This record gives sequence, C-alpha cells and structure tokens, in this order.
Amino acid sequence: MNRLALRRRLVNSVMLSLTGVCTAVTISVLFVILGCLIYNGAHSLNWNFFTKLPLPPGQEGGGLANAIVGSIEIVGMAGLIGIPIGFLAGVYLAEYEDKRFAALVRYVADLLNGVPSIVVGILAWTLVVLPMRTQSGLAGSIALSVMLIPIVTRQTEQFLREVPLALREAALALGASKWKMIATVAVPAGSKGILTGMILGMARIAGESAPLLFTALNNQYWGGLREPTASLPVMIYKLAIAPYEDWNRQAWAAGLVLITLVLMANIAARLILARGVSVPRG
Amino acid sequence: MKTFSLALAGLFLAATAPWATAQKLNACGATFPDPIYKTWFGEFGKAHAGMQINYEANGSGGGVKGVTDGTVDFGASDMPMTDQELAAVKSGKILHFPTVMGAVVPIYNLAGVTQDLKFSGPVLADIFLGSIAKWSDKRIAAENPGVKFPNEDIVVIHRTDGSGTTFVWTDFLSKVSPDWKSKVGAAKSVSWPKGLGGAQSAGVTGLVKQTPNSIGYVELLYALQNKIGYGSVKNSAGTFVKADVASVTEAAAGAAKNMPDDFRVSITNAAGKNAYPISTFTWLLIPSKFSDPAKAKQVKELLHWVLADGQKECAALSYAPLPKAVVTKEEKQIDAIQ
Amino acid sequence: MATATAAVKAVKAPSPTGDIVARWVVLVFAASLLAIAVLLVYELFIGSAPAREKLGLWGFLFSSKWNPVTEDFGALPFVYGTVVTSVVALLISVPFGLGAAIFLSELAPAGVSNALTFVIELLAAIPSVIYGLLAIFTLVPLMRLYIEPFLKHTLGFLPLFQGPAYGVGFLTAGLVLAIMTVPFIISVSRESLLAVPRDQREAALALGATKWETTWQIVVPYAKLGILGSVFLGLARALGETMAVTMVIGNDPSVHASLLAPGYSIAAVIANEFSEASGKLHPAALVELGLVLFGLTMAINGFARLMIAATTSKGSRRP
Repeated sequence: MNRLALRRRLVNSVMLSLTGVCTAVTISVLFVILGCLIYNGAHSLNWNFFTKLPLPPGQEGGGLANAIVGSIEIVGMAGLIGIPIGFLAGVYLAEYEDKRFAALVRYVADLLNGVPSIVVGILAWTLVVLPMRTQSGLAGSIALSVMLIPIVTRQTEQFLREVPLALREAALALGASKWKMIATVAVPAGSKGILTGMILGMARIAGESAPLLFTALNNQYWGGLREPTASLPVMIYKLAIAPYEDWNRQAWAAGLVLITLVLMANIAARLILARGVSVPRG
Repeated sequence: MKTFSLALAGLFLAATAPWATAQKLNACGATFPDPIYKTWFGEFGKAHAGMQINYEANGSGGGVKGVTDGTVDFGASDMPMTDQELAAVKSGKILHFPTVMGAVVPIYNLAGVTQDLKFSGPVLADIFLGSIAKWSDKRIAAENPGVKFPNEDIVVIHRTDGSGTTFVWTDFLSKVSPDWKSKVGAAKSVSWPKGLGGAQSAGVTGLVKQTPNSIGYVELLYALQNKIGYGSVKNSAGTFVKADVASVTEAAAGAAKNMPDDFRVSITNAAGKNAYPISTFTWLLIPSKFSDPAKAKQVKELLHWVLADGQKECAALSYAPLPKAVVTKEEKQIDAIQ
Repeated sequence: MATATAAVKAVKAPSPTGDIVARWVVLVFAASLLAIAVLLVYELFIGSAPAREKLGLWGFLFSSKWNPVTEDFGALPFVYGTVVTSVVALLISVPFGLGAAIFLSELAPAGVSNALTFVIELLAAIPSVIYGLLAIFTLVPLMRLYIEPFLKHTLGFLPLFQGPAYGVGFLTAGLVLAIMTVPFIISVSRESLLAVPRDQREAALALGATKWETTWQIVVPYAKLGILGSVFLGLARALGETMAVTMVIGNDPSVHASLLAPGYSIAAVIANEFSEASGKLHPAALVELGLVLFGLTMAINGFARLMIAATTSKGSRRP
C-alpha cells in the first residue's frame, strides 16, 4: 500500500510542478519578446526615427515618420467606419430579440471574427482598389474595419447584456421610450465594457499587416486616404526581410513602437474594466 | 451616427486635398533598378519642386499588373511585356522605355571561401535544378581550382514574387542549358525545382546573407552594397566575366545597333569577348495615353530628365548608362505619349 | 437620476416613432454585418471562377503543381503546409497550454491566477508581424545552429527529421504558431476548468484521490468539450496566420516529408503573389486558395464555438 501511495504522491508532485513550469515558460515568452525588442530597438528610437522620411537603401539616417502617420490615418479611418457600425449592431443584438434574425447576425459576427486577415485583403482589393484604380489608405481602412466590426459588435452586445434588467425596467416604468432607455440608461451603464471592446478592437487592427499589403501598399512620402500609404506593420515586414542592417535596425525600433502601443492599449482597456476577468471557482 | 462618421470622412479626405495638388505620380515595379530609381526620383523631385514620384518596388510582375489594372501611373519591369500581357491592357497601349542596363549576379554565402568563384552556365543551371547538390561537387571544383569547398548541401534561394530578375536569370539558364529549358523555362515566375523563396531582391539578398552555404541571384548593386560575395560567369566566348559597367555595356553593344522599334529585346548570353552574359535592359512601362494632361506632361519631363541627367548617375551605382543610339531613338518615342 | 425625474415630468406617453426609427436604424446596421459576409463569400466565388472552371475543385485540391508559366495550379502544397504547421503548432501548444490552464485554475490562488492570465492574454494581442520579426533574427538562427542539428542527430532516422538544417521550414513555422496559439488555449481551457462544479473535485478528494488524480481524471474530462473547443479555436487562428508564417516557412511550394524542409502555406502564398499575379488564371487560383482557407477556418471556428457553447450552457455531462 505504501509503495502505491508514494508513487501516487510522486506523480502528483511531478505533474503539478510541470503545470507550473508550463505557466512559467508561457509567461516568460512575453518577457523574452519585450526584452528582445527593447534590447535591439531602443537605441534606434531617436528624433530622426519619428520625424524623417525613409531614405533609399544605403543612405543612413532615414526614419519612419510617414509609416507612423500613415498607420494613425488608416487605423483612425477604420475606427470611424467600424466603431459606429459595430456599436449599433451590438445594440441591436442586445436589446432587440428578433429570435432568428438576431441569431443569424450573431453567427455571422463570429464568422467574420474568424476570417483570415489576408482574405479580407482580397475583398478590399476587389471592392476598393480596382474601382478606385489606385491603392489607397482608404482601401486599407475598409479592410481593417471589416475586421473591427465583429469585435466591437460582440463586445458591445456582451456588456449591454450584463446591464441588470432591473435598471432597464426602472427606466421604462418611469415612462422612457425604449430607445431613450437604451441611450441614457443601458449604454452608460455598460459603457466601461463597450469602451474596452472598442479599444481592444483598435489595438488588434493597428497591428495587422496582411490586409494592408496590397490595399494600402507603401509610400516613401506622406500618403493619404486616396493614395498608397506607408504603415507601421507593413514597414516592419519589409525592413525585417531586407539585407541592410540599417533597415533591420529600424524594423526593431518600429516593432518596439508598435508593441508598446498595442500593449498599452490592452492594459488600459483592462484597467478601465474594473471588474476582473475571473470566473468564480466552483 | 453614420452620417456623422461620413462627414468626418469627408473632412479627412478634404484635409488631404492640399497635398493632392502637389503633383504626385504613383509607380511600382521592378526591384532590380530600385536603388537608382529611388535616387533619380528623389533628385528629380528636388529639381522640380513639388513633384513627388512614389515608387514601390514590389517586383516586375507588380509593375506589369499595375499598368494592366491601371492602379499606377506607370510601371517598371526587367522583362518586356509579352504580346499576351500587352493585349490584356484595357486602357490602351503601353510603351517601353529602357532606362539603364544592369547585371544579375550569382551571390553566395560560403564561410571560409575568400576567393572569387567562377561559374559556368550549365553548372549554375544544374545547381538550381538540384542535380548538383553539394558545394564539394567535382564540377564546381573543376571551375575553381585551389578553392576549398565545404562538403555541405547547397541552399538554393530564389524569388517568391513575379520578378524580372528571375526572368533574366532563367532566360540565361534556358539559353545555356537545354535541361533547364525543358524542365523549367524562362519567365517572371517559374516552378522552381528546389530552394527557399525570398520576397523581392531585398528578401533574396537578406536570405543569402543569413543562410550559410546558400546561393542566390540579384542585381549587382545589392551584392555590392551588402558586401556579399558574387561570382563571375562564363560567357558565350568562353571567358569568365565578373559583372561591371564595362562588361554590361559590351553585352548591349549588339542590341544597340539593332534595337527594335518597341525596345523589347533580350541581351542575355550576348556575343562579345568580355560581355557579361547575364545582362539586361530595364524598362519603364508608360501608358501612351494619360487621362490627366498634367500627368502626361510630368511623365514626359521625367523621361527627358532620365535620358539626359539621369544617365550621368548610373555608373556611380554600378548600372550601365544607355548606348547613345538607344537614347536618341527613345527621345523620339516620348512624343508618342499623350 | 435626472433622466428618470425628467421622464416623470412628461405628461403624455412618449411617441412610438422614436422607437420605430431607432429600431430600424440598429436593424440596418446589424444587417450590414450580413451584407459584409455575403459580399465576402460572393467576391471569393466570383474571383475564383476562372480557376474553378478550368481546374475544378478536387483536381485543384490534389494537384501539387504551381506553375505560372504553364498556368497549372494546384493547392496541395499550400494545404499541406498550412495543415502541417498548424498540427505541429497544436502538438506543442496543447500540452503547454493545458498544463498552464490546469495550474491557473487548480493551483494558483484567484488573485495570482487572474494576474497571470492577464499577462498571458497580452501574448495574444501581439501582432503577427512582430512574432515574425523576432523569429527571423532570434529563432531561425537558434533552429539552424542548435535545435535542428540536435534533432537530426537524435531523431534523424525518422523521415520527419531528415535533410539540411535551413533554420526556416515547417518546424520553425510550427513553433512560432505554437507560441501564438497557446494564449487562446490557456484562456478558454482555464474558463472551462473553472466552470467545473466544486463538488466534483471535493467528491474525488474525499475518496482519497491526490490533487493531480482529481484534476486529470475528473475535472479535465468534465471540461473536455471546452478544452477541445479551445484547441479548435487555436487551430482556426493558426490556419489563417500570414506574416509570421511567411517570414519563417521558406516559401517553397512543395510537399516534403521532413519537418526541417521549407514549405508554403495558403495565406503566405496569397500574401506573396497576389499583388503581382497577372493573367486570368493566376489571380483566380489565388482567390480559390483564399476560398479554401475561408471554408476551412469557418468550419473549424464553427466547431469550436459549438463545443464551447456546449460547456457553458451547462448541458450536463453524464459521468
């Protein structure tokens, strides 16, 4: 009996420690990534990097100002398109129970959430680039907004649903019309979560490179919504695979900038959402 | 809410309008001449205040597709457009304008090998076909006496995208190796028997630089700027020639005399004692008709500048300037642009 | 509440037109999602039509040629590469992910568990291209110089580990994908494990089981559907990954048995070739590949959601 008990206890300790090891390894990956980016990229984050335009290969001192501004323009535009649509669609799903239609929309939102980003790029190419007869920041924005909408929709719906029924009924009992109740009671009550969803969605699309590859293309100069535009994720790709060490250096710096933005947005979103992401045990 | 965002969108677009009036041209295409085009367009822009020519080097295939779909103002390619490609252009005619000549060189990454390597065409073909699999193969050693090769597998590196450089390389291999011609052929995009793929010339150079025992092919300047070893190639006269401005110019000598009217010509494996066998012209693909007369005017100015001032800058970047006869002929073609 | 008192002051009942308008407005926006999805599928079908007509669906899926010159296209190398890298990714990320999820749900105190989960979920937010950047400069040399030679030395008798050590290839791409999918597996598995009722655990412990035995033999099987759902979720994510994969897979459109060999994936070939594919058939073949990928990820995502829904809807599992 003792030998069996000992063996079971041994197995117990070993396996449980292994799970701890798995966790430790996974956590450490994040820090390794951050560490590499800081180590390789921090010293390239100088004034030039943020303010100068790229220079031809072989000439040092160029920067990625146009890519940073380009990303801001493209992602900003995507937000302008995607957030209103996603928000209102989420309101619909949470507040109006049309049974089958709502279920269909919900299913489609999840479907769109899982579409590979390169396929979204193909869609934007066909719908925007070809008719406009040019690559453009707008085409990139439309591609990104297709990815943003389902994220915002589901998050809005989820957090609106969590607003207590009592709150809504109180407003309705006091004579408010349904839309007024939604606008002045339900949405403000769920606003933290809804805002979180929007921030997380924007952070997600800010890092996307594939949909921009052939929609916004690239530009050595300042681009815009009507012409090819440089963007941070696409530039990281091009600079990373190039042979010039100066370009590789810039890729690290750009990667550091991008990951800082994305991680800060994620941390901010979670902090806004004061309640944690835990599920009570048992 | 949607009208609000549409209004904001309109504001955004309007806000970019001031930049739109500064004349801009969008071009894309070959990575082969990318270094000199970027230099040229930058200088042209400075000399003609307000002109911005955005050139995106996404490969000759991208240039051809761009002018075919009409998504760019002009394109660039190291492979002249085929009759089929020209027929697919909806908007009309495309004119070919050679701008410079250059060389495609075999680059390699071999630790411990300091000498310049020599390759003959058939050997290169067999390396890329896979029939010569290791650096220690006798056939490579036969052409490079005294060099100590490692007994390692050769890592072949080629392009992933539609590339004029690929066309020039495979065109040469097809001419010197019947095996290559039947199995693979010559085009911007081929079915490679083996190897890793890099995106654009920069990607291939990067991969060769990072991968030991590798061999690839790029335009000469990429090899020089990145201090990567490149080999000399045996030409049709039997000489092993290392690429430079003089040997490329010699390769183009025959074509200069007999340039066809549409400027579409191949100069690989050209005759000439010291001609570099993997040389090529590279072309700008210019639509014959522009819907915007202001753009047509700028493009013409650009072409005149390229054929005059531009040619003076070639040699510094190891591209060969065009022969005078070709320049004269091209000047006449500029008038055909409307 | 100011709004409530304002509403009380209203003498007549609020007119229904505001509600009707509001309802139609949100309905239209919700319908726009349907419109986008329909448009997407439609464009994929139309765009791939020339290829589907000439090459057919089955012929396309099982042909391993990719020859733009002869216009002979086949999806097999790309489907193979996509599947192989994803399978390799799961083989690595599922044990690690499940292990970490078990630690976070069973062993760690709630506060620590939440904090660590938050950190792990940050991994999911890192853009694909940054994983690629890191992979090129840190992982690939590591693979080429140490890990792949080691594998060849010890496991080289298997066809899986033969051939030159390039550094790039199926294995490296699978490894990068593993890191990218592990946060999803941890996050969803942890929630499924936490949802297992407390009495199940207590019953097992009361019968004298060790903590590990309880976890492995009672809790995990109970949460099996959710865990499986997380695996499929991770799989769907891995299938669609573009940038990180194309930077480390070698971009060779062939089917190789060895994991050390270079390959290609559907998303990677579209990213590399779409912007310059000309002619009628080449772009259509790429769009057809996009259609295949879309169908694959949709099916797997659908599966995943079904399984996750089954656990959270508390459909009781018969022990």
